[in-house]
Amino acid sequence: MTITIQQNCTMAAHEIEIILNRQLADCLSMPVFITDTAGNLIYYNEPAELILGKRFEETGEMPIAVWGTIFKPVDENRNPLSPEDLPLVKTIMHQKPYHKTFYIESLSGKIEKISVTSYPIMGRPSRFIGAVALFWDTNKE
Amino acid sequence: MKITIWGSRGSIPTTGPEIKKYGGNTSCTSVTAQGWQLLLDAGSGMRNANSLEMPMHKRLDILLTHLHMDHIQGLGFFKPLFDPEMEVHIWGPASSSQTLQSRLGIYLSPPLFPVYLRDLPCKLHLHEIDNSTFEIGPFQIKSYYVIHPGPTVGYRVIENSKSFTYIPDHEPALGIHGLATDPFWISGYDLAHDVDLLLHDAQYTVPEYAQKKGWGHSSMEDTLRFAARTGVKHLLLGHHDPGHSDKKLEEMLAELKLNNDYSFEFELAKEGMEINL
Repeated sequence: MTITIQQNCTMAAHEIEIILNRQLADCLSMPVFITDTAGNLIYYNEPAELILGKRFEETGEMPIAVWGTIFKPVDENRNPLSPEDLPLVKTIMHQKPYHKTFYIESLSGKIEKISVTSYPIMGRPSRFIGAVALFWDTNKE
Repeated sequence: MKITIWGSRGSIPTTGPEIKKYGGNTSCTSVTAQGWQLLLDAGSGMRNANSLEMPMHKRLDILLTHLHMDHIQGLGFFKPLFDPEMEVHIWGPASSSQTLQSRLGIYLSPPLFPVYLRDLPCKLHLHEIDNSTFEIGPFQIKSYYVIHPGPTVGYRVIENSKSFTYIPDHEPALGIHGLATDPFWISGYDLAHDVDLLLHDAQYTVPEYAQKKGWGHSSMEDTLRFAARTGVKHLLLGHHDPGHSDKKLEEMLAELKLNNDYSFEFELAKEGMEINL
């Protein structure tokens, strides 16, 4: 008996692991952002639209250079955080889950405390496909 | 390319006069061209595929979409597997945890079956695939994972510029909004896009699907939407629910014909059906 494994090929549509994460995000009341492996924003749900001030139906996918500048993450002393300190960026870089509580400057200029949990989407059999960031509203704690 | 349906019943082999027309054998479809044969899935219909004339070159390829019992239970009753002269290639979806060999061996070993997979007399080759492209004889084949519990792929087979897509178990409408309108967010889109013939899961009525979301199957209505959004030319509705009689299936189809005005042809998959592309 011989056993072989075939080569991967690319798809036009999103892979089902991404599609299923979107379906989950659609059911959640917390903001959820889904990116590809390069950090481009490929989906955000309705609660996330409130944070971005944009609707997914209007923007569609957003390159990292565009959506990465919308947030202004800062620490408790309002010092800017570098991208490498942010959970989602770390997840994309290292393909591991991260969690961090920090502050963001909202569209109105107000400083809001948030917690972010990010995780990599590892598809079958062992492929890094994208990443997800969930924002937790710490004001409700 | 000739496509023959050897079984299109879903979930469990079923018998009785009330299902005689569309048949009670579970998933198995053969594709033949230029003296080569593919068997798509190995449900109980595979036993009837024993009547296929074996290729002169003594090679046969079995492409499994997934390893649920209704898609593999025919393996133990398929004669080429017990013929030492035959070269049999089994292709199946890769899993994160177990090899294809170990997963198939769960069925092909005691107490479920008397003969071990490793003891099958044929020259057996196993191939693990995921989102893959490969060639078998004159066939160009693509496999992609689709939404169904456990590792599951669908296949697109192309031969001589004609295409056939086989997704017998699939729930592309899973989620609160149902089937996506944007094709990039539709599971199975790449498999079915502009295909000449699609055989697709259509197990439920709409009320049945509402009770069985997440079980991995589709309503006939969702399957029609899927076919419309992917540009299918001819649709076969398959994986018939074991509880649906011939009369029930034809009532469901008649209602679909009455309420829909799709430009593509659609009909019920039927055991013994042959289609030439």
